[in-house]
Amino acid sequence: MKPAPFDYIRPDTVSNVCALLADNFDARIIAGGQTLIPMLAMRLARPTLLIDVARIAELRRIEIDGDHLVIGAATRQAEAEASPDIARYVPLLHAALPWIGHAPTRSRGTVGGSIANADPSAEIPLVAVTLRAEIILREGEDEFIVPAEDFFIGAMVTAAAPEACLTAVRLPVWNGAVGVGFQEISARRSDFAFASAAAQLSLDPEGRISRIVLGVGGVEDRPVAIDLGEVAGEVLDRRRLSDAVASGIEALHAETDLHASAAYRKRAALDLAVKAVVQAHSNASAALETRR
Amino acid sequence: MKVELNVNDRMVEIDVEPRKTLLDALRDDLRLTGTHTGCEHGVCGACTVLVDGAPVRACLMLAVQSDGHEITTIEGLAPAPGELSVLQDAFCETHGMQCGYCTPGMILTAHALLQKNVTPSREEIVDAISGNICRCTGYGQIVEAIEFAAERLARANEPRAAAAE
Ligand code: FES
Ligand code: FES
Repeated sequence: MKPAPFDYIRPDTVSNVCALLADNFDARIIAGGQTLIPMLAMRLARPTLLIDVARIAELRRIEIDGDHLVIGAATRQAEAEASPDIARYVPLLHAALPWIGHAPTRSRGTVGGSIANADPSAEIPLVAVTLRAEIILREGEDEFIVPAEDFFIGAMVTAAAPEACLTAVRLPVWNGAVGVGFQEISARRSDFAFASAAAQLSLDPEGRISRIVLGVGGVEDRPVAIDLGEVAGEVLDRRRLSDAVASGIEALHAETDLHASAAYRKRAALDLAVKAVVQAHSNASAALETRR
Repeated sequence: MKVELNVNDRMVEIDVEPRKTLLDALRDDLRLTGTHTGCEHGVCGACTVLVDGAPVRACLMLAVQSDGHEITTIEGLAPAPGELSVLQDAFCETHGMQCGYCTPGMILTAHALLQKNVTPSREEIVDAISGNICRCTGYGQIVEAIEFAAERLARANEPRAAAAE
């Protein structure tokens, strides 16, 4: 399995990347290459030019911007995993990162690469949709901000134009007693998830849920957010939670494939989603305790 | 394309096609065939090498991407010709290999783990090697080898009397 020939170039600015993309219809961006290189090897992708963005300094950053944390697209997953800022400000991403591939793929794979690749069962896209993150794209000298829920269109299909370069993701930072939960199931450790769930919630000083978000991956052809507004404003009631999650998942359109049936994916997603919320709730309760 | 990289503490320059993987460059251009070719698409872990100290699948990295990086292969682990590292030795002693196909990748992955965690738990060891497939051993003796090496390395700095206990 050897890739078909291509040219390779390593520009040092995003502007140069955009210029190259505009001039070369068959060009592809490579960052970590942990998905693209197997696709090249199997000749499922045959670009004529690879544009390596991995060393562009402006794409490698983790910084606070107001009430968001901005992560540069070429930031490695292993760097993100070790980042104290991500652990502190976007704990849901911190919880999801160890689930991505294996340590040897995380040492090359990037945060932006995973988003641009848009695998329906991928962890970072799930976190982005769950938290209502914003995806930042550059086209020529223009910058576009796309909400994560509009960015993912289908399996490996995104709202990014072929000449766009994904430059960063902006994740909202929550304050107060915040807890997160992340759950997934796959055939082997770190394989593609059959179903996954991410939850984040915050509690008010009386222990009532003040904010709650939930997302599931691997069920539809893209990660989806599930509205749990009806359990907010009160203390956690397991029964109401299960009903709310069940009706949200019932409405999803699951696909049957080689790996799992549609019915299995929904059943697994329901179970994982409830577990993720309960896990988030117990973490938030512990956070509330330490604040007292 | 010309690529300059540091392989096992030696600067080398190779001239490769952009489509050549680091794995093929190591094996074909540098004749370092200790790095094994398994699946060639990132599934088996047989090709694992260290890039700047971190385990990486050499079949999932283009040689041109490795320009300027430090690569460690299985050939770079032994302290001197004819010798074995503590970890390599542990694999021999606990029978951590049978056919040996997965072994270089296993050892480099385990080496990277022991560099950052000197007292790994069984779970941490299993998690670290979870991306490396072995078709022979059933993994039991591999985990044992890594535990054994960790213990020996931890004791290496103790005074002799304690180490001999
Ligand atoms: S040969 Fe690289 S992972 Fe199998
Ligand atoms: S010893 Fe044969 S594959 Fe591991």
